[in-house]
Amino acid sequence: MSSSTPLPPIRRINTDNAPTVVDPRNDNLAAADAIAAAVAPGASDRPERMRIEDLSIAYGTKPAVRNVTLPVREGEVLALIGPSGCGKTTLLRSLNRLTELTATAVATGSITLYGENIHELEATDLRRRVSMVFQQPNPFPMSIFDNVAYAIREQASRKPNKSTLLPLVREALEDAGLWDEVGDNLDHPALRLSGGQQQRLCIARALASKPEVLLMDEPCSALDPKSTEIIEELITRLREKVAIVIVTHNLQQAHRVGDHVAFMYLGELVEYGAVEQVFNSPRAERTQNYVGGVFG
Amino acid sequence: MNESAAARSERRAERSLGALSSLVLVLIAAMCTFVLLKAWPSFSHNGPMWFGWGGNVDDQLTAIFNSPANPAKWDYTIRTWPILYATALVTIISVGIGIVVSTLAAVFIVEFAPDSAKRVVSPVIRLLAAVPSVIYGLIGILVLVPFVGNHLISEGRKNAVTFVVQLSGASLGVAVVILTIMITPIMVAIIADAFRAVPNGWKEGAIALGANRWRVMWTVVVRSARPAIIAAAVIAAARAIGEGIMLAMVSGSVGFAPNPMDGITFVFEPMRPYAATIVDNAEGLSVKPFGQTIYAMAAVLLFASLMLSLGGNLAKRPLRKYGVRL
Amino acid sequence: MSTALKPPNVVHRRGKDTIKSWPLADRMAYYACWAVGIGLCFIAGTLILFMLSKGLKYVSLDLIFSNPAVGADQSQTGGFLAPILGTFILTLVGTLIALPLGVGTAIWIVEYGRPTRLARAVESGIEVVAGTPSIVLGIFGLLLFSNGIFAFMSFTALGGAVVGRSFLTAGAMMSLIALPLIFTTTREALQQVPAQVREASYALGKTKWSTIRKVLIPTARPGILTGTALGMGRIAGDTAIVVILLGATLQLEKVGSAPIVSTLRGTGSTLTSYVYNNSPAGEGNAPQKAYAAAFVLLILVLVLNFGIDLIARRSKKETV
Repeated sequence: MSSSTPLPPIRRINTDNAPTVVDPRNDNLAAADAIAAAVAPGASDRPERMRIEDLSIAYGTKPAVRNVTLPVREGEVLALIGPSGCGKTTLLRSLNRLTELTATAVATGSITLYGENIHELEATDLRRRVSMVFQQPNPFPMSIFDNVAYAIREQASRKPNKSTLLPLVREALEDAGLWDEVGDNLDHPALRLSGGQQQRLCIARALASKPEVLLMDEPCSALDPKSTEIIEELITRLREKVAIVIVTHNLQQAHRVGDHVAFMYLGELVEYGAVEQVFNSPRAERTQNYVGGVFG
Repeated sequence: MNESAAARSERRAERSLGALSSLVLVLIAAMCTFVLLKAWPSFSHNGPMWFGWGGNVDDQLTAIFNSPANPAKWDYTIRTWPILYATALVTIISVGIGIVVSTLAAVFIVEFAPDSAKRVVSPVIRLLAAVPSVIYGLIGILVLVPFVGNHLISEGRKNAVTFVVQLSGASLGVAVVILTIMITPIMVAIIADAFRAVPNGWKEGAIALGANRWRVMWTVVVRSARPAIIAAAVIAAARAIGEGIMLAMVSGSVGFAPNPMDGITFVFEPMRPYAATIVDNAEGLSVKPFGQTIYAMAAVLLFASLMLSLGGNLAKRPLRKYGVRL
Repeated sequence: MSTALKPPNVVHRRGKDTIKSWPLADRMAYYACWAVGIGLCFIAGTLILFMLSKGLKYVSLDLIFSNPAVGADQSQTGGFLAPILGTFILTLVGTLIALPLGVGTAIWIVEYGRPTRLARAVESGIEVVAGTPSIVLGIFGLLLFSNGIFAFMSFTALGGAVVGRSFLTAGAMMSLIALPLIFTTTREALQQVPAQVREASYALGKTKWSTIRKVLIPTARPGILTGTALGMGRIAGDTAIVVILLGATLQLEKVGSAPIVSTLRGTGSTLTSYVYNNSPAGEGNAPQKAYAAAFVLLILVLVLNFGIDLIARRSKKETV
């Protein structure tokens, strides 16, 4: 993917019905109302695919996420930003219930996927509909083909043969922008790819099961700028197929790829809004300070 | 002045320790040499047919034992095929079953067991490994063998083969069962360690793709730990080949080659692998040709365990990359 | 979504994640893993309980403290004091030989280890010894110690043939059983000592050898003790070497007249060979005595193997 082709223009959501300021110093009820108002769908907002409602997560006695309400809209990229330890990764991992891997995690509130409470879905079903890409590329010690086909094989009730899988693998690799580079040798061991290629392979692997939501946990932080650019491009392209939630500590990246941005601080949702609004005219003072680089 | 004295004593210490350590190598060389030398006459008189078949190996052993005193007339004729076959059979079957059992046990320990169970299973494995083989053999010969002989083998079955061999309960089946129990702890420890060393990122990635806990273990963890499973199998095979005491007690002590064509009776037929043969005949070692024949069997065991040890070493080497302590 | 209706605050520790949703093959595998785990615990438990019941039934102080009766028929009289002593003597001899060998080799590998080829060869050598069947070690011992050079270690029959069977010769071969265990634990213990400890000692002007003696060996002591206890357990439980190299005399038969050495040069039996001989596999037909001796042996071996856990726990508290 060359960088000479201009990026497609990033959609901007009409922000006429500006949400009210979310001031965490107010009491919970007011804040909750404010949040509810803030995320009420506007006329030009896209429909919600997932909704996080008053979610709080604590590891034992230590709270990580406090009373967060957020929508994940289809056709869009939601960027979660905030300083280290603000709870954005915990929030992301709660969307596919990976937080349950930690024994001490307790969550209150609800998360719904197309209106269904995700805690009432089978965990394996949920994770096929809500896929994840991790910070460190983690392709399996198998061939490229086997990596991408992994999720498809797991979902199939009977063992699918290679010819059935091939078009699906190809589509996933094309979506991840990797087909041109590896299409001629899909039996190549995945671990011998470069870092950027491995991460794109992980993206292809996550896309293979045709998920509804794609979660990305700082996917570019371990990569060089060139690979970062390639992946940001494909995130923008993928928006139409799959709703994306991306956690990033890179503000410029959030600005480049995000449609809506949620700024979190110490577990609380400080501000949520369209990307231009949060970056150019943030309402909360802390947002302004963070975006302006006063603290990080 | 003092420095050179200190330096000299330093070098002396290093050289003495080095010499001490090299004793191991001298020992192994001496072992191979001595055993092979003493065993040579038996091999040279029989050639490759030493491993071949022909005649009743127990009768041949008795004949060798009863050789006349004249060295020129010593009888060395032996065809150890039934013993070789028994050794291979009991080792391969036990290790085969053992790999399956150990892998499942390791998956249980690493993934499925609740914390309370984990604290119990670990000492259990160590306990099974610590029990001396003579105690396994005692329980085998006093409990399992009579049980099998009286309750599992019908009179009809016994009568059917009575002109060939006696079915007393001491059999291939009992031997395999006990031997599998004996080698499983060794394998479980190695395989579980290798499972734990698999990078967490792979497991998390598989879980995040919607694989259930068993599939995560099977498709990612077990698959990555294949070298460890092979290494464990090789080490267990070395242990199984060398097990003499327990097998001498429960395997039947007859130089008979169990016949798979016999159907179920195959499991109940007695046999006697090399190590058990040596144990059974330990008293007669002073009779020259007999002793040399037995030493020849020891040489076979030595060679086999050498190959397996070195093979296990090679299999373990890629595992050190993961940081698995073996 | 209307703002008036708020979803109930449900507390989730774990959401729905049932085994029932899995395909049949996966469920079977899950149950198989559980079955194996429980099965192993069951086997171990049954084994212990069985030996316990037989042991309590047949063991008496009389058996432990009286010697075996002369004669082939063991079922009526005599205990197994001599075999118990035999086990102790043999374990002691084997451990005393293995300890300097194992610790010394481990020190050389970890602290020196030059030339590298030799070090790798020695490590492989230890693994080869660990993998050698004890019956083969016994045969080798017999062949080795039947030579005239080693006549001092055992009894020489009239006519000059060196018998080669004694506590000394058996103990020498038993040391090879304990050697890999002592070596491995000592090596690990030494490798875990951080480099700063060595550097601090050198900075104080101590030579390498005195650092080893005064600093590293004491630090590695828990590891050395663990390996020693494991090795002793292994020696106590071995039968094959005893059968070949200890002469299988029921009593301790001394050779010569020197105080301790005569016992060491003499033959005897151990709990393991006693159990073997009293089982239907040996000559004796006294299963009760076999069970009793096996019970005592099992207790001994378990104490050696698991008692070290307590030592390890106590020593960890000291270093923390």
